[in-house]
This record gives sequence, structure tokens and C-alpha cells, in this order.
Amino acid sequence: MQIKETAVQYDAIIVGSGAGGGMSAKVLADAGLKIAVVEAGPYFDPADPKQMTQLKWPYESPRRGAGTSRAFGEFDMAYGGWEIEGEPYTQKDDTNFWWFRSHMLGGRTNHWGRISLRFGPKDFKHKDVDGLGENWPIGYEDVKPYYDKVDKLIGVFGTNEGLPNDPDGFFLPPPKPRLHELFYIKGARKLDIPVIPSRMSMLTKKINNDRGVCFYCGQCSRACQVYADFSSGSCLIFPAQKSGGQVDLYVNSVVREVTTNNEGRATGVSYINKEDRKEYKLRGKVVVLAASACSSARILLNSKSPQHPNGLGNSSNLVGKYLHDSTGSSRAGFIPGLMNRKMYNEDGVGGMHVYTPWWLDNKDLDFPRGYHIEVWGGIGMPNYGFGFNPNDFNKFFGLPTGGYGPSLREDVKKYYGSVIGFGGRGEAIAREDNYCEIDPTTVDEFGIPVLRFKYQWSDFERKQAKHMQQTFEELIYSMGGEPLGDTPTAEQDYGLLAPGMIIHEVGTTRMGDDPKRSVVNRFQQLHDADNVFITDAGPFVSQADKNCTWTILALSWRASDYIVEQLKQQNI
Amino acid sequence: MDRRKSIKSLLLGSVAGGLALHGCKPGSTEEAFSQELVEDTNYFGRTPEELEEIAKLNAEQFFNEHELQTIEVLSNLILPPNENGGPTEAGVPAFIEFMAKDIPDLQTTLRGGLMWLDHKSNTAFGTEFKTTPEVSQKEILDAIAFYDPEIPMDEHPLEIQFFNLMRNLTLTGYYTSEVGIKDLGYKGNMPNIWDGVPEDVLEQHGVSYDEEWLAKCVDQSKRGVIAEWDENGNLLT
Repeated sequence: MQIKETAVQYDAIIVGSGAGGGMSAKVLADAGLKIAVVEAGPYFDPADPKQMTQLKWPYESPRRGAGTSRAFGEFDMAYGGWEIEGEPYTQKDDTNFWWFRSHMLGGRTNHWGRISLRFGPKDFKHKDVDGLGENWPIGYEDVKPYYDKVDKLIGVFGTNEGLPNDPDGFFLPPPKPRLHELFYIKGARKLDIPVIPSRMSMLTKKINNDRGVCFYCGQCSRACQVYADFSSGSCLIFPAQKSGGQVDLYVNSVVREVTTNNEGRATGVSYINKEDRKEYKLRGKVVVLAASACSSARILLNSKSPQHPNGLGNSSNLVGKYLHDSTGSSRAGFIPGLMNRKMYNEDGVGGMHVYTPWWLDNKDLDFPRGYHIEVWGGIGMPNYGFGFNPNDFNKFFGLPTGGYGPSLREDVKKYYGSVIGFGGRGEAIAREDNYCEIDPTTVDEFGIPVLRFKYQWSDFERKQAKHMQQTFEELIYSMGGEPLGDTPTAEQDYGLLAPGMIIHEVGTTRMGDDPKRSVVNRFQQLHDADNVFITDAGPFVSQADKNCTWTILALSWRASDYIVEQLKQQNI
Repeated sequence: MDRRKSIKSLLLGSVAGGLALHGCKPGSTEEAFSQELVEDTNYFGRTPEELEEIAKLNAEQFFNEHELQTIEVLSNLILPPNENGGPTEAGVPAFIEFMAKDIPDLQTTLRGGLMWLDHKSNTAFGTEFKTTPEVSQKEILDAIAFYDPEIPMDEHPLEIQFFNLMRNLTLTGYYTSEVGIKDLGYKGNMPNIWDGVPEDVLEQHGVSYDEEWLAKCVDQSKRGVIAEWDENGNLLT
């Protein structure tokens, strides 16, 4: 087969267009470099009326929003999901890892929760505190200037609280709490659990003249047509193109491997064009992998050559290892005080207006590391599933459940908005024996060997989930409510969700100073090939009890500045 | 037809309201702030593959005419129409037909349950369910409409599962329709400016904002002013 190679040599080829790839594209293009961005999915612009789901009503679809074709409901803006036809992944032993992929320009940033938390000083050096896992080679002071720049470029609302491990930043003002959030604040304070305004990347205030301001439809998961929330396309890639950057977008292009020369340095990438199903090559001085922690690991492991027999960057045998997702456990409660609500528009921003950062000291607890609490509830837009079991809460009043007739209308209105839900999102300890690797027996529809996962939770994470459930029940009682469902048992891992389900998977190409114990250096450059960088969450040494996106962005900016400098100095 | 609707005026109206509320002077920067929204009602954000799948499902027919009529009769018993219509006006039978194809796991329970209804009705009253007088229809339903919520639904007899599924699909079909959303009174899914819970609602539910928290929140009269900070992260604008 003849592989078509482009004549042009790019300064940099960026694989993936999510948070990490988008930021690399912006920084490198703004520096005047000629770049290619290679994305496995189609072009997507949140402002394209044909692609838009924002402000659609459920009745515009025959399935009224059901999640048959998209995991989070059909108006969610992620093309892909836990399973993608023709692109399988497999499990080793009794692993149950869930891998969420979104193939489209902007990747998962089009639908994510926009919870934008900085890691704190302790998060980079947590081994110093409890002896577990590994420290990052860099500290908060290395990343802080970039967090500051990300805050100002992209915009995040929140408040400066002076908390030691939840650093202050450059925040836009937060929206006022909704009714159920006022209940939460009141209930949590009784238990001495702190609550502060959330920190999320929606524009409650103008940040520049290219992006709009939030108009409070609560649909950030559908991507915002006025670009009032952070999506990689609208906030990074389009601005890079607009400001005259030399950016070639290759969409529907699935990267198979990084190509290398006799010295073991990268020469570019080979990819499959989904439209004609033919293989092509791009040439570049630098390759930046930002395809997501697991996809980038897969590309490296599939990039075998005489110089890199084990896969590119894998002389340490650590590519794919130390994979870890946030812990997650959830619970909902029925709050009688929230019954019989008057109707008004409380859509607000998409997601929570308040949250609880980790507040305890692990010295007093039987598990390491913390979690934060996310809150949901309210009188949101009905979608498929609304009105199911309309009067189950009658059981709390000794009334019959079920029935039919006009009384069902009253039941629906009586209970509308009376449920509050909590999600605990915590830190797992990264372990070498949790990993993804190449499955030697399976390829995808493009002939590329697929990933196989091996992942087990330990008692650290299970005990953390147990604590989450205890806390949630206390919170629900404190709000005068009743927890729904039974308390998850030890056999159910205390409600700890399967790994991957929180979609914060990180750590597969971890950062370090020792090439034997890490894959990239502190500038996210492969120890084994100096012109290959990784700017997704692969280089994370540990995850913290935060969400990973803001740190991906800050680190990608930092690594991209380094790439520009190294190219200028002709070091790479 | 490519119908594009500008919601600009609505948004301007809201901002003006906010201005009046906060007593901003005319001629402030806020006045110039507006943003135009677009929509194209011919699309609801499907990818080409998703559109193909929907077209494929629409080309199939799962329920026969008799079954669809029975679904209509049953759904109207479950949720009788009021001034905001009922299952018929909400398109519930067509919705259930679509969902039975979209989620094939529903098929046996639905089709089997409809047969059960007719069998029960034929045995007791000598007529199919849909043509049985309402008082007799209700006699059948009274026996299957209630359940113990502490027992998992899949451990209940088929006819109770069936009725529960029909009730769920009827209610979700109704409350996700234009008439049902009106009946519910949901006020969102449109551009607006969130500025807190109305006073009477706070009072009704016995909660309040504390001043310290409110002081940190967005001043909606300055939302159109570009953010600037001092070097310590204090917002200046």
C-alpha cells in the first residue's frame, strides 16, 4: 500500500483538539509556528445552527432527549461515549474500566462540567504528607503563573477564599445560589462542612470582545453558541486561527503512530483518513500528543521501531502505567422542604453554583486523600425520564404509590424540584499495577491495535467512598430529608463507581526527573525522544481531589512555551 | 426553510430590566451590550449518522393499529386531559411507538402487557380493552396500578410492570411535550439573567441569602463590562 505523505513540514503536529491540544495549538500558533491539528472526529462549532442542541426543546426529538445515541442524553454535546462502534477496548482479568471518548473538534471540552479547580501546593507533593504515591517533580509555584494566565484568557468564576490547598485566582464573580443550594448551605453549615461558590469556566461577565456572556440557560453540556463557556474550539482553536495563526485542521483523521527516524527522533505522524479509509503521513519538527491520557499512551505503544522496540517513549516500561481516575460516589435525597415549588426560571449556569472543597484532615481518618462535593437539584427542564415513578415519595407520607388519573398531575408538581443530589469526587492513589496496554489480539476498524485495561480499586478508595456516603446521608438528614435508596454495602464497594466513570483518567505517561521511573520530564518532553511532547493528562503524577482540566490547560501552556523556546534556540 | 430567529430583543429587554433595578445611568457601557442568538428549527443537533438511525426507526412500524389505539386509550386513562391537553395532544402514542423501537428491551413488556389487558377485558367483560366502558376499564386498572416501592420493579408481576412502564412513558411523553411543559409551568430554556431566588419563594421555603455571600456574587448591571483585576486577583470592574 502506498502511504501518501505531505510535502509540507510543520513546525509542530498536534494530535487531539481537546483542552491540552487546543492550548498547545493556541500557544504555538500565536508564536508564529506553522502547525497541524489532527482530530479523530468531525469539525464542530458550537455556533453552527445545524450542530447546535442548545435551547432545543425535548419535543424537537422523537425520543425526547433519551440517551440512546449519547450517553448523557441526546442533547449532550459529546460525539462518542463509553462505547464507539468499530473502536473497541478490552479488559484484563475482572477489570471493569469505562473509557469515555469524544471524537470531535474540541473533544470532551464541548460537554464537560466546567468545574475548574487549581491543584494546591499539597497536591503536587502529597507523598511528603502521607508517604503514598509519588511527588511531582514540579510544584505549585511552577504552575501558578500559568493558572493565572489561564484564568485571564479563558475565564472562570469563583471567589478568593484564602484556602491553603484550594488556591485563589483571577475570578469572575459567581452567580447567586439557587433554592436547593441555599438548603445545602444551611444543612452543611450545621455539620461544620464548608460551602463556597463554585469555580467554573462560564463567563458571568465579559472577558473580551470575541466571546459572549452567559445567558443562564443551564445547558453548558450542550456547548454554548455565544462561546460563554470554555470549549477548546471556541476559546483556543478558533481564536488561534482568527489571529492569523498558520493552523491546518485535519479532522476525521485517526492517528495510528508517531513516525521516527534512525536516530529515534520523531519525524511526524501517520493517520487514517476516515472518509477514504487510506493512510497518510504528516511531517513535523515536533509532535505534540494530546489525544487524551489513554489515547496518547496507545499511540506511543503502537509506535514501535528498531530504536523504540517497546513503543516510543517506553524504555521505562511505564507508558500506560499509573492510570488513575477520580473516585466517585453519588447519593440523592428527598427534601420535603423543597416541595410545592412556585415556578420561575432557575436554570442558572450549567451545573452547580456552590460546592464543598475537601475540608478534613486525613490524620483523623482511615483513608488517605480527600474529595470535594458536587451538588445538583432544582427545577430544570424536563427530558426523557421526567415523571417516571411520579409519586414514589408518597411512601414517606404513608400514602399509596402508583395509581392513575388527574392526581398524578398534582404529584408531579408537588415533588418537582424536591430532590437534591451529591457527587463525591476524590483522589485515588496512582499505582503501577493499574494500567492500559495494547491488546495483542484486537484491532479497531482502522486496523490499529486497541487498548486493554487492568484496574482495581484498593481499600483506600473504598473507604473514601464509605466516608462520602456517610457524609451525604448526614447532609440529607441535616436538610430535613430522606436519603433515597439503601446505603451501599461493603459488597457494593460503598457505592464507589467503576474506574473511568468520572472521566478524569490521568497518569499514563507520568512526569519525573528519573527516565527509569517516568515517561516525560518536567516540561512534558519524552525522555526517549526530545521532539515529542505530551500535553493531555497523561503526565499527571497524581490527580488531587480536583478536576483535571484547569491543570491540563496550565501545564499545556507551560509545555508549549517551552517548545517555542526550544525551537527558537534550535535545540529541537 | 431556514428559519433563523433572533432573540436579541428579548435579551435586551432583560438587561434593561436589570438596569432599571440597579439604577444604572443611561449612557453607561452596559447599554451597548447585547448578543444575538441564532436557531434553526430544521435541526436538533443530530450528526449524519444519528439522522440516519432516526430515519431507519421511523421507517419501521412496531405496534399495529389496534395496539396504538389501545395505547392511546390507556394513556388518556392514566393522565386525563385538562385545559393544557393530555397524552393525545402531547403525541404520546407516537412517542411510545418510537421508544419501543429505540429501546427494544421495552417491546415485550409493552406488547405482552397490551395482550394481557385485552385478555383480561375479554374474559371479564367480553370486549377488548379499548372498547370496554370506562368504569370496567378502571376496574381492571385498579388491580394493577399500585405497587410497593420497596420491592424492585422487576420482581413485580408482569401486568404491574407493564402498567408502571406505561405510566412512566405517558408521563414523560406528556411532560416533555409543548403542552405538558406549559402545564408543568417550567419557565426556563430561554435567555435570561439569573439574579437569585425571588423573595416570595425564599419566604415560602424559610431560607434567605446572607449578605456576605451576596456581596461576592455577580453584579448583573456590569456583566457587559470587560473584567480587569489588580495583581492580587481583586476584580476592578
